[in-house]
Amino acid sequence: MSPTITTSSEANGNVSAATARAAASAAASAEAAGPQSVTLAKALNTALFDAMQADPSVLVFGEDVGTLGGVFRITDGLTATFGEQRCFDTPLAESGIVGMAVGMAINGMRPVIEMQFDAFAYPAFEQIVSHVAKMHNRTRGAVKLPLVIRVPYGGGIGGVEHHCDSSEAYYAHTAGLKVYTPATVADGYRMLREAIDSDDPVVFMEPKKLYWSKDLVDLSSLSASYVEGTTAGRTTEGRAAVARPGTDATLIAYGPSVPTALAAAEAAALEGRSLEVIDVRTIVPFDDSTVCESVRKTGRAVVIAEAHGFASVSSEIVARVQERCFHHLAAPIRRVTGFDIPYPAPKLEKYYLPGVDRILDAVDDLQWEN
Amino acid sequence: MTISANHTAPHQAGTASAEDALTEAAKKFGITAEDYMLPARHQIEMVDPEGRLKPEGEQGTEPGHEYPLPGDAELLAAYEQLVVGRRVNDQNSALVRQGRMAVYPSSHGQEACQVAAALCLASGDWMFPTYRDAVAVMTRGVDPVQVMTIFRGDWHGGFDPLKHKVGIQCTPLTTQLLHAVGVAHAAKLRDEDTVVLAMCGDGATSEGDFHEALNFAAVFHLPVIFFVQNNKYAISVPLAHQSVAPSLAHKAVGYGMAGERVDGNDVVALLAVLDRAVALARGGSGPLLVEANTYRMQAHTNADDDTRYRESAEVAEWRAKDPVHRMRAYLTERGLLDSAAEERIAAHAEEVAAALREGLSEDVPVDPQELFRHVFAKPTPQLKEQSVLLADELARDAPSIDSKEAGK
Repeated sequence: MSPTITTSSEANGNVSAATARAAASAAASAEAAGPQSVTLAKALNTALFDAMQADPSVLVFGEDVGTLGGVFRITDGLTATFGEQRCFDTPLAESGIVGMAVGMAINGMRPVIEMQFDAFAYPAFEQIVSHVAKMHNRTRGAVKLPLVIRVPYGGGIGGVEHHCDSSEAYYAHTAGLKVYTPATVADGYRMLREAIDSDDPVVFMEPKKLYWSKDLVDLSSLSASYVEGTTAGRTTEGRAAVARPGTDATLIAYGPSVPTALAAAEAAALEGRSLEVIDVRTIVPFDDSTVCESVRKTGRAVVIAEAHGFASVSSEIVARVQERCFHHLAAPIRRVTGFDIPYPAPKLEKYYLPGVDRILDAVDDLQWEN
Repeated sequence: MTISANHTAPHQAGTASAEDALTEAAKKFGITAEDYMLPARHQIEMVDPEGRLKPEGEQGTEPGHEYPLPGDAELLAAYEQLVVGRRVNDQNSALVRQGRMAVYPSSHGQEACQVAAALCLASGDWMFPTYRDAVAVMTRGVDPVQVMTIFRGDWHGGFDPLKHKVGIQCTPLTTQLLHAVGVAHAAKLRDEDTVVLAMCGDGATSEGDFHEALNFAAVFHLPVIFFVQNNKYAISVPLAHQSVAPSLAHKAVGYGMAGERVDGNDVVALLAVLDRAVALARGGSGPLLVEANTYRMQAHTNADDDTRYRESAEVAEWRAKDPVHRMRAYLTERGLLDSAAEERIAAHAEEVAAALREGLSEDVPVDPQELFRHVFAKPTPQLKEQSVLLADELARDAPSIDSKEAGK
């Protein structure tokens, strides 16, 4: 393999049988026209593939992301297609991965790095908080850090301890980081592309419980519509989505909790209650206007998140909405969150995770009799 | 004992070339890979504390660890920078005492390391300094007043790292070594011949990032020179509490890279060792580790009291090994330095000191709105709101300040 970073077409000129297979499968998925049933994992994989193809400075590295394709297969086929220079395994050292990415971003690259699991990212905390978040500010804007830290996060997969943390608050609390978390397959694609194209560092929180969830998506048109959308200024950063319109109360959720909120809204509809569901999409920057517009309309709100409630993203959302919508509120804002306990063992996680019943109980408590 | 880096990993970029490089280097120097990686039995030293050139047999060199004497022009340029560096260190300490700078971690006594670190690099190379390496950054060509911005307190950093190819100084320990590794890795992927000098102190070798940076640089076979200034203290904690390794340079062998020890107060030996390290790295040797044996002559900063943890006799012992005096004696003895040259160099040092005094006395107006300007490349609506909030607050305060002023 040439030591030079090449464009993907050149890289494709020098392929092994495995490479050819992977390239063919990626090409086939890209060529198949029309909506198909696609997983979030596949959408993220396609986003990485397309971003690497679009820009030779995009590099992917981390633990097991090369030959194996990542423990969740999000980087599947990238090494085979783009070569070991552009998608590679590192030694097992998370601070090393992030610190090296900082240097690469300083020197003209767009690294997309994987922290294998939420709780495995903690050794990199100093690099993230002291350098990733602060380099642009420290250098008065002279140094941009266009890097993406992908963090598979959250529970609901029967994982052992340290594989199920909701660690978004640590990053959201750190000034200088942007924090994205997609909840749908289509958002997985466009938000990852947008994160890679961003000149700011993005912590990209991937709800691992949703990796295998499917939507009908036209994979072949995602790249074109992403490019068209961003050209027209239709970005997702700082723009929450109305995942389901409603009139009686607003459920505010992000990442892994969005499908749970949608299920709760569906159940409430059967009882004659119309719930609007807002998908926050980017925790930083937060879309105050979409969230508050909804709450002003409905007058009632429940915030749903898997993370512990204390000093969390959910507490921040409640505070913001209360500050902005106080006179429109018919009831105090409720929260349905994880308990303030270390993430439980697999047989106990169902008691911990916010579920439809707990959400509906919270909705019932929103002082409807008045 | 045989040391062989025989880890077959056909799919891992870089590993194969790292193995080849060790074998090649050993072959080139006619020694074993083990002897190539291990530092020479003694530190490399060329000019003794009295300024006398040591006989070749006493310079610490041995087969595969040979170092030619740097040229006269290079030595004279280094001496000039030593004098300027010493003047800057002492000027800055004075400015702190006068309250014109918040703090200054002086490299007084370590100027030979500072100067050699900058002079061994080409203009396209990168340097990643620590907070104590202001003189190295200046020697690299960054405006002294810009370098001191971090210590003056009007912003966290004062120079453009991309323009000068110098990492921005800051206070976390050792984290910059990984940034150096990343810069080198990016350059290597683009087939550029950039060499990166990554600086740290003896205390930093205890940090996890030291291990991760050296291991990453070795595994990816990157042109990084890890330059450790062993100045014997991490604030108050002596070297003996950091490591019981035979030397810090010996750590190199554990990563599969070559290490060397050098007299850190002898700029001749430093230049010889670092120049060769740069040439080797540029030629594809992979990373190297150089430990400079030096001493922090002053307290950690003005806020520190070094009499609480070390004896003045120890400091006096190192004062006798001063890098500036040693070089002056050596160059004078060689007939390379006469009183005219001394006067010119002293005048240059005074000019730099005067520029520092002037630059740091200047009351640079701070712009409160700059607080929000650089947090993100693309600002968030929340920061825009907070910026308006502060602007309103300042607008409300402005008339009252004016009236107070008017009332005086």
